[in-house]
Amino acid sequence: MSILIYAEHDNHELKADTLKTVTAAQAIGGDIHLLVAGENCSTVVEQAAKVSGVSKVLVADNAAYKNQLAENVSLLVLELANDYDVIMATALTTGKNFMPRVAALLDVAQISDIIAVESADTFIRPIYAGNAIATVQSLDAKKVITVRATAFDAVATDGSAEVVNLSQATDAGTSSHVSDEFTESERPDLGAASVVISGGRGMQNGENFKLLEGIADKLGAAIGASRAAVDAGFVPNDMQVGQTGKIVAPDLYIAVGISGAIQHLAGMKDSKVIVAINKDAEAPIFQVADYGIVADLFDVLPELESKL
Amino acid sequence: MSSQPLRLVGKLQQAQLEATMKVLVPIKRVIDYNVKVRVKADNSNVDLANVKMAINPFCEIAVEEAVRLKEAGTASEVVVVSIGDKSCQEQLRTALALGADRAIQIDTDANLDSLHVAKLLHKVVEEEQPQLVILGKQSIDSDNNQTGQMLAALTGLPQGTFASKVVVDGEKVNVTREVDGGLQTLALSLPAIVTTDLRLNEPRYASLPNIMKAKRKPLDVKAATDLGVDLTPRTNLLKVTPPAERQAGIVVETVDELVEKLKNEAKVIA
Ligand SMILES: Cc1cc2nc3c(=O)[nH]c(=O)nc-3n(C[C@H](O)[C@H](O)[C@H](O)COP(=O)(O)OP(=O)(O)OC[C@H]3O[C@@H](n4cnc5c(N)ncnc54)[C@H](O)[C@@H]3O)c2cc1C
Ligand SMILES: Nc1ncnc2c1ncn2[C@@H]1O[C@H](COP(=O)(O)O)[C@@H](O)[C@H]1O
Repeated sequence: MSILIYAEHDNHELKADTLKTVTAAQAIGGDIHLLVAGENCSTVVEQAAKVSGVSKVLVADNAAYKNQLAENVSLLVLELANDYDVIMATALTTGKNFMPRVAALLDVAQISDIIAVESADTFIRPIYAGNAIATVQSLDAKKVITVRATAFDAVATDGSAEVVNLSQATDAGTSSHVSDEFTESERPDLGAASVVISGGRGMQNGENFKLLEGIADKLGAAIGASRAAVDAGFVPNDMQVGQTGKIVAPDLYIAVGISGAIQHLAGMKDSKVIVAINKDAEAPIFQVADYGIVADLFDVLPELESKL
Repeated sequence: MSSQPLRLVGKLQQAQLEATMKVLVPIKRVIDYNVKVRVKADNSNVDLANVKMAINPFCEIAVEEAVRLKEAGTASEVVVVSIGDKSCQEQLRTALALGADRAIQIDTDANLDSLHVAKLLHKVVEEEQPQLVILGKQSIDSDNNQTGQMLAALTGLPQGTFASKVVVDGEKVNVTREVDGGLQTLALSLPAIVTTDLRLNEPRYASLPNIMKAKRKPLDVKAATDLGVDLTPRTNLLKVTPPAERQAGIVVETVDELVEKLKNEAKVIA
């Protein structure tokens, strides 16, 4: 069995979630290669070569892959696909964007967002916002799979893979990159943080998210939000946790002024310890919280910050 | 020197293009998002008997976007299509009441993978020749997030997935996408495929007169088996189980108690 994993990166840094996807690949078993597609991404290649369990790093360093446009990346992966039985990517926005294109071009069904490997052709994945767990067998000869990173541990980074430079540089020419508006933050990534504190509609406005920042600073936490908070314009979209936002599973998740809709729970209920701060004792968030405080968040947050 | 007349031709073509821009919106019938599903006792699937069904929320946003393009004079016709058994006509009628002009049901009761759906939609695209196809980014039942991208690959068209803003500009469409780091804007040549994210728009409600009017709008039914697509299953659903239940915890009375528990009982803070 040979497995190709698409490395998730921003041309500077290999995302830690790729290390978790390698663990998922090891559960399938086989010779594992990483593909780094980008432009001026040599630091990513160095990091990729150290990922344990990877025997080879394929590098496509070309302007065509700078922004990892789905049209171009899918053609690149298609050209390499002949040599592999399994093609995997992390279920983040880049992988979600191009992988189904690869699957369609290969004429195979994609298995999205797996949380466990049962055997080389059978995988476990959440459906209905995590309210049911499906065991799915792939009947295609080649497998195209995206992986929910929070469900797997990271491999170590003490490997030394061979690096192979590719000459591919296909630009489909139908799409072009215009601009990025990325949120700059000194805090850890939502997906990587061991503590996440999230605010919901109960925060009332964006200014009040400052009350979470003091606590986040003390705990080294990332800050998240419910969709209602994002929709109301309190905070940017990349902070949304949930079924259709980011999936997190930190050691500690603190939900503040969040009711606990199933779509929100889908993104955080695998956290190790959940704390809920809500003034409504009936809020569904308390059904999943290990520790709840029924109180006004505007009283609780300043006190919590001072006592940490 | 020759740039003047050339630009004129460009403008003319553009006007023609805009006047005839057809938008195709594939919609899926799914469980209503407020309903919490239950798994069947025999673990064969979830139980959808007597459950409230609706248009997939992301598809509703797609319909709204298409209708707004028409209202703005950018699109000339909005065609909705759903693949499923007769019951999905209910969702097609809803889409017609929301402002779509015409509906197509691709009739099948087969269990389809997103790949099959994309292949059937590919046939509809070949027939209808839309300038823009707007799909939802994800079905809230399968949570696949695949069909739009697959359709884009099969048709060889560019894609703008997870869109929070769509601006048609002559022979191009600019799509602002919700990505992990924030927002990314791409320019796609038309025809193109777009999939919607939640913040693209807020769908309207269908008014009673529009619901009445929708009953008279055309709804064509085509058999999936007539479209020449191999619908042999590519996946086998072996089992569906309920998720591990979380034990509800305790309610603490004070912040001091909370901090004490987190330190000494849960040991998640120092
Ligand atoms: C297709 C679809 C996908 C979705 N995806 C997501 C997703 O990915 N993520 C997501 O989060 N949502 C998602 N949603 C939305 C979800 O259904 C809920 O609407 C949303 O999560 C509610 O956010 P909230 O809990 O902040 O707001 P509300 O439900 O309004 O809850 C606010 C809570 O704050 C409490 N509160 C108010 N004031 C105070 C105070 N002073 N002190 C303490 N508590 C207070 C209230 O008691 C209440 O419980 C999705 C919906 C759909 C249809
Ligand atoms: N049976 C179907 N009929 C019409 N459109 C569908 C169907 N299934 C999926 N789609 C479209 O594809 C989108 C993404 O679905 P999925 O890939 O299943 O998550 C949906 O939001 C719809 O726009």
